[in-house]
Amino acid sequence: MNLSEFGRNSIWAAIIAVPMMISPAAAQQFIPVTTYDTGPYAVNGQPFMDGFVDYLKMLNARDGGINGVKLTWEECETGYKPDRFVECYERLKNKGEAGASLFNPLGTGLTYAVIDRAPQDKIPVISLGYGRTDASDGRVFPYIFPMVTNYWSQSTAKIKFIGQKLGGMDKLKGQKIANVHHDSAYGKETIPVLAKQAEIYGFEVTHFPVTHPGLDQKATWLQIRQYKPDWVILRGWGVMNQTAIKEAARIRFPRDQMIGVWWSCAEQDTVPAGAAADGYICAGFHAAGQDFPLIQDILKHVYDKGDGAGPKKAVGTILWNRGVVNAFLSVAGIKTAQKKFGNKVMSGEQVRWGLENLNLTAADIGSQGATGLVPPLKLSCLDHEGGGGVKFQQWVGDHWEMVSDWIETDQSIVRPMIEASAAKYAAEKGLTLRTGMSLGSECP
Amino acid sequence: MFYREAGQFKASYAADQSIFPIAQDRFGVLVILAVAFVFVPLVANEYWLRSILTPFLIFSLAALGLNILTGYAGQLSLGTAGFMAVGAFAAYNLQIRIPEIPFILDFVLAGLIAAAVGILFGLPSLRIKGFYLAVATLAAQFFLEWLFTRVGWFTNYSSSGVITAPPMVMFGFEFSGAQSRYLLTLSIVAVLALAAKNMVRSEIGRAWMAVRDMDVAAEVIGIRLLHTKLLAFAVSSFYCGIAGALWAYVYLGTVEPQAFDIFRSFEILFMIIIGGLGSILGSFLGAAFIVLLPIVLNNVSSIFAGGTLSAHTLSHLELVIFGSLIIFFLIVEPAGLARLWQIAKEKFRLWPFPY
Repeated sequence: MNLSEFGRNSIWAAIIAVPMMISPAAAQQFIPVTTYDTGPYAVNGQPFMDGFVDYLKMLNARDGGINGVKLTWEECETGYKPDRFVECYERLKNKGEAGASLFNPLGTGLTYAVIDRAPQDKIPVISLGYGRTDASDGRVFPYIFPMVTNYWSQSTAKIKFIGQKLGGMDKLKGQKIANVHHDSAYGKETIPVLAKQAEIYGFEVTHFPVTHPGLDQKATWLQIRQYKPDWVILRGWGVMNQTAIKEAARIRFPRDQMIGVWWSCAEQDTVPAGAAADGYICAGFHAAGQDFPLIQDILKHVYDKGDGAGPKKAVGTILWNRGVVNAFLSVAGIKTAQKKFGNKVMSGEQVRWGLENLNLTAADIGSQGATGLVPPLKLSCLDHEGGGGVKFQQWVGDHWEMVSDWIETDQSIVRPMIEASAAKYAAEKGLTLRTGMSLGSECP
Repeated sequence: MFYREAGQFKASYAADQSIFPIAQDRFGVLVILAVAFVFVPLVANEYWLRSILTPFLIFSLAALGLNILTGYAGQLSLGTAGFMAVGAFAAYNLQIRIPEIPFILDFVLAGLIAAAVGILFGLPSLRIKGFYLAVATLAAQFFLEWLFTRVGWFTNYSSSGVITAPPMVMFGFEFSGAQSRYLLTLSIVAVLALAAKNMVRSEIGRAWMAVRDMDVAAEVIGIRLLHTKLLAFAVSSFYCGIAGALWAYVYLGTVEPQAFDIFRSFEILFMIIIGGLGSILGSFLGAAFIVLLPIVLNNVSSIFAGGTLSAHTLSHLELVIFGSLIIFFLIVEPAGLARLWQIAKEKFRLWPFPY
């Protein structure tokens, strides 16, 4: 290498390195968007984050942001890996005028990785229908929000649904349930609550772990055939779901006795499985489709201008809608915070207050054109979940059909377990609980 | 010119046997250490310390461990991530079950436990070699991951199988800030790298290299194979175990067994192949390549975000560029980045009058 070449290379190095060190300051509300466009889970990650970004784009185009504050965001690729997510988190947490408003990791393992960091940095983390279940206890986890319904609540609704199908909860006695789960923090999250429910209702549950990424499940389903379960609970993500549905068809397990969690419940899971998916039932906490004024607004202000984050055909699919719901709730938290702190850029700490005091009534949701899309929620400093219900849907060839009403979760089972588990965590970490609070009280 | 050693006389055995016989190298290493210990913590922001330099150092340590085993002793291993997991879970269990032990001692004990496990899974190396040994160590990888996933005791019966590291407190000081954690990692890595450098220069290292080059010949000249191979496994696993504990405690703060899957083992193997087999420097260069390059690419691509390319395209482009660079470097220098540095040194020695 001669001198001029060396000089040239140094200049290039400087050009590349300098923008990395200086983060641009903007007088806008900054929302980090961590996504995964690569890897075995990309097929599910993409529509989710497209929906999220499309909602933000729509707010900027239609209303000029929220209450005069423009929204800005930056995407960061995590690949569904906790270490990459931590890198994204550290990179984005101080961007924008008041730092990152909140994070949406879209992954249980990813959420776990920032549970310690979030309170230190005072940035709330929304884990919408995923994440660490006992983080619903806001006394121990002030910055983590497993909103709408967490996995344990979902599990109680699921068992209730099975009970309904059988014609009474007493009929659950003696039933055999196979829990086919992704062998990760996400998949294992419901094991304790299922054990508890098995004890209460007298059914038998056996767990069948599937190793990441779950493309090969032949051995697992052979075991399931031997076990002869009455019901199969599917907790998969990404390519694992379609494989499981196909394998179930292969061993001729009736698909309408196979109940998936909401992360196994999208068109990405059923369409590739083809006819094997006919009759497959799974859970949801929001609606699919485009027939909501809110989504029509997104089509009008974003897609009609050719500005959509993803393909137009994804609009209205389950995961795209879930991205919209996630963005909707994030923005609702920011709006609530603005009511208290004024219509300016909110810091992470203020957004946390907003989320904790979020009270989304049916009227609020209706005024934003999202009736039926977003469930009414009320959070408090004690309860970071909000008390959403669960609806079950069935795949009928080419679309989903609702097969149940909103099923209430059974907090009499879940809440004591959450509090016990959170208390154990607090003891292990040497944390002190936020005191002087009761359910529904004013938050400090 | 830069590397001309003319005029540097060695007047004693100590001078002749020093780690860096050339003054320029000694000076260079001191400057790097000074920059790493003093300058970097002063100027680098939290993002750089926490999510770039700390994981780089931790992976360098793991790569160093594997390089001792594969690069120096010639025993191919795919169980690296498994041994890292042993370190992480051992440190966690020691910490929550015997909280009286200071955490730094926990790390050492965790390393020793990993070393013991390494010896156990190194036993097949006495009978099988090469790719067959790689398959045998694969058993370690899968068995250990399975063990930590299935046996609740290791995760203190956590429902999701994820452990969260307790705070690191020593003499009343809690290592919670980015700087203190970076310095802690750097100190551990510096001490262990120095130890590794000295080990490979000593009788032990020479025995390893003799076994690597031809184990029958090594046995003939009086090297005990059992002793040498198992020692390589033990030392390597000790390094990996400490790297695993640091990964869990210092970097992520939480760990699930899946963080130490087979892909992690491959990643570390690629580090030493790209960095240079049988080179301490190579472990660091390889770790820098595999850990830092994707992050740099990601950062660079985020500058272009919002322009003509969509975010989706950019994340795929990152993989394409990363893969191409791996191929490029392996074609340019199959012996690794460390060898490239060696060639550069030769050139600097003659520059500006090459003949």
